[in-house]
Amino acid sequence: MRLIRIPVQPVKLSELPKGASARVRQVDDVAPNDAIARRIRDFGFSPGEVVRMVALGPFGMEPMLVQVGFTRFALRRAEAARVLVDLEPA
Amino acid sequence: MSAGTIRIALLGNPNCGKTALFNRLTGSRQKVANYAGVTVERKEGHFEAPSGRRFRVLDLPGAYSLDAASPDEVITRDVSRGHFPGEAPQDVLVCVVDATNLRLHLRFVLEVRALGKPMIVAVNMIDAAQRRGITLDLNRLQAELGVPVIGTVAVRKSGAAALIAQLDAQLPGPPVVATAPADFHIEVRRLLEASISMPSRTAAIDEKLDRIALHPVFGLVALSVLMFLIFQAVFSWAAPAQDAVSGVVASLSTWVTETLPDGPLRSLLTHGILAGLGTVLEFLPQILVLFAFILALEESGYLPRAAFLLDRLMFTSGLSGRSFIPLLSSFACAIPGIMATRSIQDPRDRLATIMVAPLMTCSARLPVYTLLIGAFIPRQTVGGFFNLQGLILFGLYLAGILSALLVAWILKRWRHDRGEHALLLELPSYRLPHIRDLALGLGERAGIFLRRVGGIILALTVLLWFLSSYPSLPPDAIGNALDYSFAGRIGHAMEPLFAPIGFDWHICIALIPGLAAREVAVASLATVYALSNENSDLVASQLSDIVATEWSLATGMSLLVWYIYAPMCLSTLAVIRRETNSWRQVWISTGYLFGLAYFASFVVYQSVRLWE
Repeated sequence: MRLIRIPVQPVKLSELPKGASARVRQVDDVAPNDAIARRIRDFGFSPGEVVRMVALGPFGMEPMLVQVGFTRFALRRAEAARVLVDLEPA
Repeated sequence: MSAGTIRIALLGNPNCGKTALFNRLTGSRQKVANYAGVTVERKEGHFEAPSGRRFRVLDLPGAYSLDAASPDEVITRDVSRGHFPGEAPQDVLVCVVDATNLRLHLRFVLEVRALGKPMIVAVNMIDAAQRRGITLDLNRLQAELGVPVIGTVAVRKSGAAALIAQLDAQLPGPPVVATAPADFHIEVRRLLEASISMPSRTAAIDEKLDRIALHPVFGLVALSVLMFLIFQAVFSWAAPAQDAVSGVVASLSTWVTETLPDGPLRSLLTHGILAGLGTVLEFLPQILVLFAFILALEESGYLPRAAFLLDRLMFTSGLSGRSFIPLLSSFACAIPGIMATRSIQDPRDRLATIMVAPLMTCSARLPVYTLLIGAFIPRQTVGGFFNLQGLILFGLYLAGILSALLVAWILKRWRHDRGEHALLLELPSYRLPHIRDLALGLGERAGIFLRRVGGIILALTVLLWFLSSYPSLPPDAIGNALDYSFAGRIGHAMEPLFAPIGFDWHICIALIPGLAAREVAVASLATVYALSNENSDLVASQLSDIVATEWSLATGMSLLVWYIYAPMCLSTLAVIRRETNSWRQVWISTGYLFGLAYFASFVVYQSVRLWE
């Protein structure tokens, strides 16, 4: 059988459903020299790292609890949207 | 500090157990102050190594990166670089990391190493790591990092012995490698692969607890139950202690009255100094009980969970999830509430929380509410089983909360700073709070309150005593001494300003001594109406009768609404001064609270008059 490679578009971390895992592609600056994006990178959201959506806040599904490495971080949607991820094949 | 003392600084990511290690090293030989010019806490301690060498330890604020994102992190960056004005360079930097969270914390170690300063890495909580089946090769890590690596268990009695021995034997030189790696994360991954094996990424217990604690329904239920229990405890544990304090102060006061001849000195001692001391000390039990809970919640790791659950609600109105606990504490008393805002790192969120904290209905307003509701609101049932008096009381609490949300929202709109303020909150592993760390934390809070705020409250109480006692009534004159005093004259002068909101001079005068603490207003009213105060229950019922007959309903309602905002607690203003280090914030808070109180009372007074 021939494997067909489908080019996968990255999704925003904020779109990841609860329980899903993904691999970080990059963290985007929304403005030049974005301090929040920099801090998210410092937290260990670096390319290739596996992340998992652990829980969602009770109001408006916000904030989002994301596991990266050995640590869990609560991010608001706007913060999580800076992280582009590739979905892990189920 | 003697010349031979060695200066070391502890630094590390938040939640690395740095403060526990600091407590382990220095015990109770600690001093808390602020760094020059900022409201960031400076914690310093001392210890003596077995050789007799003396060490001075600085507990730097937790930081995720030396690329500082908050005032706390700026301090950590500048002190560890040796750039902070007024702070001597450190001889050794002790970088503390959590053995169970090395992927995050080693990145910071690499950042610190790049400073090129002598350093030691303390791998803390190695006991917790062992329990989770994590195997660490500290020698390998030391070889790879090129700096000494020591295992510590801050919560165990001899848990810092190896660190002390290392510092005592030989101070480390600068790191062998002092350049930043091209990619921090790749270097961290390499270090981890070389020195650690981890069976699972997270602790199973955390997963289980979080499934409940962060559940959209059960999580909120658990939070409500917890908050309810805390409130019960504050009132059932702190109240007897408060009664005991006021009992002791009252008997001291009686003793002074009996011992000293009648005169200015006796009056100053009883009504000025002892009254002020009583106010300060009566706050203490509530502060201690509330802080015991707040510290336990913080140490256990639950506090960030509460912030997680409520962040969205608070964020909508311009606050943050981190504002929740300080605001909740303010229902008991705004003083511990405002002191608890130290856990909010973002300066803007912290300031907004401090600004609205006085709007939470504190327990000191209850005597005033009780008096007025008893006098004006009929005891009747509405809608079948609701008690009208209870409903009004609930309404007053609700009005405070809604006003706080509104004020926070307006602050957010008006601010020039339109930048995005992030949540970016780490939810650490759950931990059993350690009694020793709780006790040290409590002692610290009590000390801050007594030293920094107590003095101001005492001084203001004496000032108010002076205003209420002088000039004294001439012996042959007939009338009320309070009425004759400066306070009385100020009260009379205030009357035209307060007439549009229905306050007559009696109320205006009572507001002045009530500045010391809100509940004093009731006693002052009794004094203004010249009620003898031998039996306080009798006075309360007499006062209630007088108020019900002398005041119109409009005046009563207006005063009730006034107390929702009540810009008249000097103790709160004193703590705002202390926590913001700015008189400007004090004036802004006073001004807006006064404006809101006046506006709301005006609307209520005028509309009730129309309706009457």
